[in-house]
Amino acid sequence: MSDLTRFILLEDYNTRIVALGCMVLGASCGALGTFTLLRGRALVADTLSHASLPGVCVAFLLLGTRELPLLLLGALVFGVLGVLSLAWIRRATPVKEDAALAITLSVFFGLGICLLISVQHDPRGAHAGLEGFIFGKAASMVRADVITSGCTALLVLLVLLGGWRWFSLLCFDRSFGDAIGRRMGAIDLLLMALVCVCTVAALPAVGLVMAVALLTIPPAAARFWTDRLNVMCGLSALFGAIAGYVGAGASAVARDLSTGPVIVLSCALIFGVSMLIAPGRGVLARGLVRLRMRRRMAEQNLLRAIYELDEQRANKPSPGASDLRQEQGVTLDALALKRSWSMAQLDVLITRATRAGNLQDAGTTGVGTRSYRLTSAGRQAAARLVRAHRLWELFLIEQARIAPDHVDRDADAIEHVLPEHVIADLERQLIAEGRLPRELLLDMPASPHAIQRTSNAGVSA
Amino acid sequence: MKYPMRLLHNLASSAATTDAAQSTAVDVHDVTVAYHRKPVLWDVDVQIPSGKLVAIVGPNGAGKSTLLKAMLGLVPLTSGRIDIFGRSLHETRSLVGYVPQRESVDWDFPIDALGVVLMGRYGRLGWLRRVTREDREVARAALASVGMGDFAQRQIGQLSGGQQQRVFLARALAQDASLYLMDEPFAGVDASTEEAILGVLRSMQQAGKTVVAVHHDLQTVGSYFDHVVLLNMRLVASGPVKSTFTETNLQRTYGGRLTVLDEAAEALRRGV
Repeated sequence: MSDLTRFILLEDYNTRIVALGCMVLGASCGALGTFTLLRGRALVADTLSHASLPGVCVAFLLLGTRELPLLLLGALVFGVLGVLSLAWIRRATPVKEDAALAITLSVFFGLGICLLISVQHDPRGAHAGLEGFIFGKAASMVRADVITSGCTALLVLLVLLGGWRWFSLLCFDRSFGDAIGRRMGAIDLLLMALVCVCTVAALPAVGLVMAVALLTIPPAAARFWTDRLNVMCGLSALFGAIAGYVGAGASAVARDLSTGPVIVLSCALIFGVSMLIAPGRGVLARGLVRLRMRRRMAEQNLLRAIYELDEQRANKPSPGASDLRQEQGVTLDALALKRSWSMAQLDVLITRATRAGNLQDAGTTGVGTRSYRLTSAGRQAAARLVRAHRLWELFLIEQARIAPDHVDRDADAIEHVLPEHVIADLERQLIAEGRLPRELLLDMPASPHAIQRTSNAGVSA
Repeated sequence: MKYPMRLLHNLASSAATTDAAQSTAVDVHDVTVAYHRKPVLWDVDVQIPSGKLVAIVGPNGAGKSTLLKAMLGLVPLTSGRIDIFGRSLHETRSLVGYVPQRESVDWDFPIDALGVVLMGRYGRLGWLRRVTREDREVARAALASVGMGDFAQRQIGQLSGGQQQRVFLARALAQDASLYLMDEPFAGVDASTEEAILGVLRSMQQAGKTVVAVHHDLQTVGSYFDHVVLLNMRLVASGPVKSTFTETNLQRTYGGRLTVLDEAAEALRRGV
């Protein structure tokens, strides 16, 4: 049986343990990462993990041991030192956040590399495998290591669950938390402490260069799928666990392969897929929504244009024609002029409107161009659209002083935004100006013949 | 928009009894606030009566938001003292509700309207206690009283500015306080929201609550509020709107800039 199959079937006791450990680490990094992401602390986590390298080396040189808990302790100490230096630089010097991060990260990491080289020259250090901390080497984790990491990760998860409310409040509206008397500063520190511990615990598996990826990418991917914090956190934990599992698998199959990059690539794949196909927030879904909205607006604009052209003609009666004008229909040229559509666009729109039952062929004119007219259903629909658009126009011009040609709002929205009495007032104004579509003045269905206008016959909003 | 009677009854019965006896809601004693040696509030001494709708008014940078934050203990006082209902903020924190500016929050956060309003109940929960059904009931009632009852499950990022403002107001209502501090509650909201918020404020006043709001629109101070505090780093004047909101006092608060405001006001009056 190949190594891969053995891994997937979790045949090997060792690989089982390592896979489990990596999954737990991935899950807790993912869950914690949700709050780090929402708090905007991803870069601080990166600084922390890079700053921990000297700690690992110092622990080894001082204590001469390869015991994971002690190495991780060293990592933790220096990681925290790094974050404290960062805070000090920001507070005591005029250096800005991004520069402070870069400085702290590079200085500590550079120190760590130098120490690492001296460790490798050290006779004890040549086989310590400390380089595994840089890119992660899950395969070199023994049972005790996994237990250490695993338990730490579980502890982090527990604290997260216990303080869920307060972390949410911290990330959403910190000053409100302060206002109700909770010490948000302490909660912030606790969150940072959790990040420190979790990052350090994940070092053997994912390595310090890429630990931040496990904290950041799973929650970013999860955000595409949901709008609820608890679901986002759970999904993020799931994605982290999957990435951890894949990383452990890679390590089992190819002993020399570094785990960190594999974990990061799995995260990236999950992220890419989420970004594309997630319903609602995904790229494809959004593109579809935009497309549909453009279609709808174009269709609405066509109906309105035809209605207004008809209206213009009705208002300029020429001798002998009267009602028959409406039967004549509107030519393509007139439409193209009204809204600067291209002929191709118009063709598509007209086909769609005809299929929807709003438009019908009115024959060809003497010059040979086709003309169209609204059906009675189309006329009703167009009248409603024109009314809504004109109410909006009026409102925006009168109340908000916006130029008429900037008015371009989805016509249906007006009822949901303005209070009823405002709409009623605007309607009265439209009627006084003679611009309210006639079809809506009466309750009877529209007639193709001239309608007698009665005064204010109960128009429903 | 009516403050639902059941909510009113519940809240009134659970509010502290001492605040009703106090006629002064907030007592600001000679408060100075300075950031990095730059004074933002200078020697401000003002008493805000309880049971009234009070507007804090002044030009940009006058320290209005800072005064509000000082009352909440969110900024350190360089000198002076602030008493709420005759006692220190530490003792009366549960009596103070807060509606911050909308810009202070990340509206892309994954939370729905009900979730935000529930946060108003966190103050009375200990560090570890769970949110109870009663808390949820109060939160829903608060949302309903601002006209957002149907939006409980709506993502806050999908709400309009006015709706977001109302959710913030509902959160403060859920805090079940006696004194409400609001930072520009009417800024940038649509007409129906403005009516809704005003309705809630009037109901709150009828229920005996005190409301102190930083207000940006000079035109509506007279019709919305009973009491006004004119601030420009120093206290210019404070008192009932009728006697305090005068041309002279406004000139002293806004300096030469008042003429620009006058013209704008005139233009608005003509147009509307």
